[in-house]
Amino acid sequence: MRMLINVPETVVEDGLRGLAAAHPELTVDVERRVVVRRDAPVAGKVALVSGGGSGHEPLHAGFVGPGMLDGACPGAVFTSPVPDQMVRAAAAVDSGAGVLFVVKNYTGDVLNFEMAVELAEDEGVRVATVLVDDDVAVTDSLYTAGRRGTGATLFVEKLAGAAADEGAPLERVEALARRVVARSRSFGVALSSCTTPAKGSPTFDLPPGELELGVGIHGEPGRERRGMMTAREIAEIAVDAVLDDLRPSDPVLLLVNGMGGTPLLELYGFNAEVRRVLDARRVPVARTLVGNYVTSLDMAGASVTVCAADEELLRLWDAPVATPALRWGR
Amino acid sequence: MTESYGAAFVVRWMEAAAGAVEREAGRLTELDSAIGDADHGANLRRGFAAVAEELAKEPPGTPGAVLVTAGRLLISTVGGASGPLYGTLLRRAGKELGEAGEVTRDGLARALAAGVAAVGQLGGAAPGDKTMLDALTPAVAALPESFAAARAAADAGAAATVPLRARKGRAGYLGERSVGHQDPGATSSALLFAALEEVAAG
Repeated sequence: MRMLINVPETVVEDGLRGLAAAHPELTVDVERRVVVRRDAPVAGKVALVSGGGSGHEPLHAGFVGPGMLDGACPGAVFTSPVPDQMVRAAAAVDSGAGVLFVVKNYTGDVLNFEMAVELAEDEGVRVATVLVDDDVAVTDSLYTAGRRGTGATLFVEKLAGAAADEGAPLERVEALARRVVARSRSFGVALSSCTTPAKGSPTFDLPPGELELGVGIHGEPGRERRGMMTAREIAEIAVDAVLDDLRPSDPVLLLVNGMGGTPLLELYGFNAEVRRVLDARRVPVARTLVGNYVTSLDMAGASVTVCAADEELLRLWDAPVATPALRWGR
Repeated sequence: MTESYGAAFVVRWMEAAAGAVEREAGRLTELDSAIGDADHGANLRRGFAAVAEELAKEPPGTPGAVLVTAGRLLISTVGGASGPLYGTLLRRAGKELGEAGEVTRDGLARALAAGVAAVGQLGGAAPGDKTMLDALTPAVAALPESFAAARAAADAGAAATVPLRARKGRAGYLGERSVGHQDPGATSSALLFAALEEVAAG
């Protein structure tokens, strides 16, 4: 496996140095792995902090900026960050209005953010947490870790970030973030495994001519393995898996997300098929975003995320945003 | 007369644990690549190396303080689920020991039992879920008998995770596909008790 890196041990630091070089509007602490808006804390504004393992770029650091996150904490590749990072980020971005932690539902992320909440509160920061768990491929039960957080994280960070930008207090931003989670579902498909820099060989074995339906963003297995299909067939399976779980009565926000190793040409073609299925199922699409946003290193494949939007959510989606990876309005 | 152990003993235990994790990191990662994401060895090695380095620089004065320091450092350096879980195990056990300058084997067993209970609460797991608890729980129960019994119980507990189906953490997504693999967390937990016995044997 050829990778454009120096050595596996420094991939996260090297990426952060590059992020800093490209984006002077961010303050990047490479050693402590904390990225915050350079103008933080923004007076009177509720701040949003997220974090998670690296390897999902542009999530989360690429979403730091006005209208979205105030801070992000990248961990080692596919490993949650440590509480010290979140505490440091929270202290740097808190204006006194409080901080919302956006946490993807994985055991490591949940535990480290829980500890960070305690430590940050000891330092006098008011913290609320929202857990993102949108992946319908996982059976949810009391006895498992529950559904994984994937594409809906982008919706939560954008919409809650816009609400915070409008001046909503912490309780409202938190409630809105929960509403977005409750109204969002995702389903992912892998056409190849990902390869972590440390291991250097594929994380899982996917024979040529097969695909993994319901894959997670770390290469976790999904519902089943099938022979290769057309984009049209994959779109039907993905959209129906989502709609089986969430029957939106409102127009939806649609994210057709690349896993990192699939060309945009293919993603747009896939979006056409996804749209065809949604039209056939009479689900109106209000806004669409196509691109690599919640990735899994070099994995080929895509995920479909749907969020049942109402007027408020549409307004917040259209609100201006200025981050490295998402930028519009104003 | 009951033998008791001071801070230096606990420091040696942590150093031996760091050595064991260093030696076995490859095996832990291999086990983790079967049912997890192939980073358990690397993550724990980073954490215990930091613990050994800090304790060498400035060893705290009581057994409890050594464990609290070690736990805090693991939480700050490991990440993933293992950081908070191992950190909580040691930190909670250390708090349980309080300010005492020495601890008996029975006292250590009681403190570690409190740590194990805290791990279960934090992770929401129970013995039989194919986690570190499957090694820790029998080891702590056997510790009042002897250090060797605790080590043997931990090893047996880790080996007994092979036929279990994972229900927690990232291995939980595998469901039935996790059967037939030894749990990496239970395996690293057994290393802790192997290190404890080695240090006690002198």
